[in-house]
Amino acid sequence: MSVAAYSVGEASPRQKLLAGVLVVAYALVTMIPLVWIVLTGFKSPPASISYPPQVLFEPTLEGYVNLFTTRSRQTPEYIESLGPAETWYDALVRERNMVITGKSRFAGRYMNSVIIGFGSTFLAVFLGTLAAYAFSRFKVPLKDDLMFFILSTRMMPPVAVAIPIYLMYRELGLSDTHLGMILLYTAVNLSLSVWLLKGFVDEIPREYEEAAVVDGYTRFQAFVKVVLPQMRAGIAATAIFCLIFAWNEYAFALLLTSGTAQTAPPFIPIIIGEGGLDWPAVAAGTTLFLVPVVVFTVLLRKQLLRGITFGAVRR
Amino acid sequence: MIKASLTSATKRFGETVAVDGVSLEVEDGEFVVLLGPTGAGKTTTLRLFAGLETPDKGRVTIAGSDVTRLGPAERDVAFVFQQYSLYPHLTVFENLAFPLKAPGRRVSAAQIRKRVEEIAELLRIAPKLKNRVTALSGGEMQRVSIGRALVREPNLFLMDEPLSSLDAKLREDLRLELKRIQRDLGATIVYVTHDQLEAMTLADRIGVLAEGRLVQIDTPRVVYERPANIYAAQRLGSPQINLVAPTALAVGEVPGGAAQVGVRPEDVVVAPREGTNGVANAPPKGVPGEILTVEHFGVETIALIDIGGRQVHALLGPRTTLTQGMPVAASVRPGAALYFDATGARL
Repeated sequence: MSVAAYSVGEASPRQKLLAGVLVVAYALVTMIPLVWIVLTGFKSPPASISYPPQVLFEPTLEGYVNLFTTRSRQTPEYIESLGPAETWYDALVRERNMVITGKSRFAGRYMNSVIIGFGSTFLAVFLGTLAAYAFSRFKVPLKDDLMFFILSTRMMPPVAVAIPIYLMYRELGLSDTHLGMILLYTAVNLSLSVWLLKGFVDEIPREYEEAAVVDGYTRFQAFVKVVLPQMRAGIAATAIFCLIFAWNEYAFALLLTSGTAQTAPPFIPIIIGEGGLDWPAVAAGTTLFLVPVVVFTVLLRKQLLRGITFGAVRR
Repeated sequence: MIKASLTSATKRFGETVAVDGVSLEVEDGEFVVLLGPTGAGKTTTLRLFAGLETPDKGRVTIAGSDVTRLGPAERDVAFVFQQYSLYPHLTVFENLAFPLKAPGRRVSAAQIRKRVEEIAELLRIAPKLKNRVTALSGGEMQRVSIGRALVREPNLFLMDEPLSSLDAKLREDLRLELKRIQRDLGATIVYVTHDQLEAMTLADRIGVLAEGRLVQIDTPRVVYERPANIYAAQRLGSPQINLVAPTALAVGEVPGGAAQVGVRPEDVVVAPREGTNGVANAPPKGVPGEILTVEHFGVETIALIDIGGRQVHALLGPRTTLTQGMPVAASVRPGAALYFDATGARL
């Protein structure tokens, strides 16, 4: 029957094949740059810039070693005089007539990213949850105007206000501080977080809280015991969006940080090796930089799938 | 003894008056059902008892003390919502235990377990205690909802259409069970519904609400037989009471000032005007009419009769021989007619 061909649930084998081809094609387009980055991290510096590009190559950890160390060139005689290399990475470096002179600043920059990214995500979600609950449940004067005002902070690219923020931060002594960056990213993320989370709170029927209040709980206890557990999916989805923004943010990080609070994004592209950029080290840094967001997303993916429908599916 | 009361309670939401000067006293162990259509103020009245709304005017008392200004937690009442009152993130056991675990109630874990198991037994949901509530059927969910109210032995139970989201069979089962439990426990219940069958079968007294006002409160039988006005008369009885002009049906002596006459379908007496052989019998008493439809329900048969252009429902016996199109004579059982004046009040 022709009706079956148009039914919602069943796809014909041809449709399935077509869908499969499209998904694979899309995956290739999006995955190839990522795969290239990951592979480049394991190439030697000459292999990374060879032309035509090498697809098959001998993997090396040189990029990772270079990422975490500073090195200096020495004469073969001097290296000979040091005796046998004590560790595998010493040996790797000496093959290029270099010796390790110390740790690079990458680990510190990475830690800055972790502190600022997760710190601002926590703050944005924490404040966003409370604000969203208040906007959803209480009689707030000028509620709609306030919500619009909150959203309006996202109506321009944040970089448009870079100069005022730069001047402000310099005056307040917030330039190049962890606190400054956390506050900045929290402020930018808060509008997204309030709007998303308000949608999730609106979805939770008030009867749940009323039932808890009649049962002898206070309003706050009802919020913690009844509303929060049901907001988990929404909170997880919001947290991922906030983290991805704060984690990847480049422009403000470049402008406002240079030393103690510099995050990884402005640092990674300027890892210099001999004779210019050290591409394997840049690729290795990028690969490591991807890990936390990937792990965080995978951990929360169940919640994310539920949350990302934004209440489009009713119970 | 009076367990709970409202005294000329009024609640406004902006321009609309949801509850308009309602006074209501609920006796200890009594089952009061508030009946009315959507928007009559039933739920708001219930929420005033619960403390989920504070009256703009008037007083609320529970167990002898004035609780008008107290919050819901301090009133020791239990509320069963129409739906959504079970926490989807908790199991059946945790849902039932939730009211007992409220801080300040200080019930020991062993006592909680004992009490929850008792209630689960009573409501026949004991095998489901470990299930998530989202895995329950509609009837089971509503049992758990009622169980959450029962678990605490509060002063007053408030139920807001707890059975309305269930299918007919389940509703009937739970209705009987609820009445049984209420009798066994001697619980005081204020119950809101728009279902007249629930009201008739559950209530010790029915309170009929219209546009925020309490029109009448009395036993189901009194409300049915001696309704305060046309509105109350129309709330009970299916099919609805027939309303006709005083002269339309031969109803004997009509008191002065009567604008309309109400006759319940069971009080309309219908007889065929012609014999089965087509020869006219001695003309039966009553006004002439014609049968429009006959609906056979098994235990009863309901006929729609056209009397001078007016349609009247009549209850016939299950073994009636009347059929569609038959000319009939209709009269009213003596003394059964209800007379209403021009404002709708019963004379």
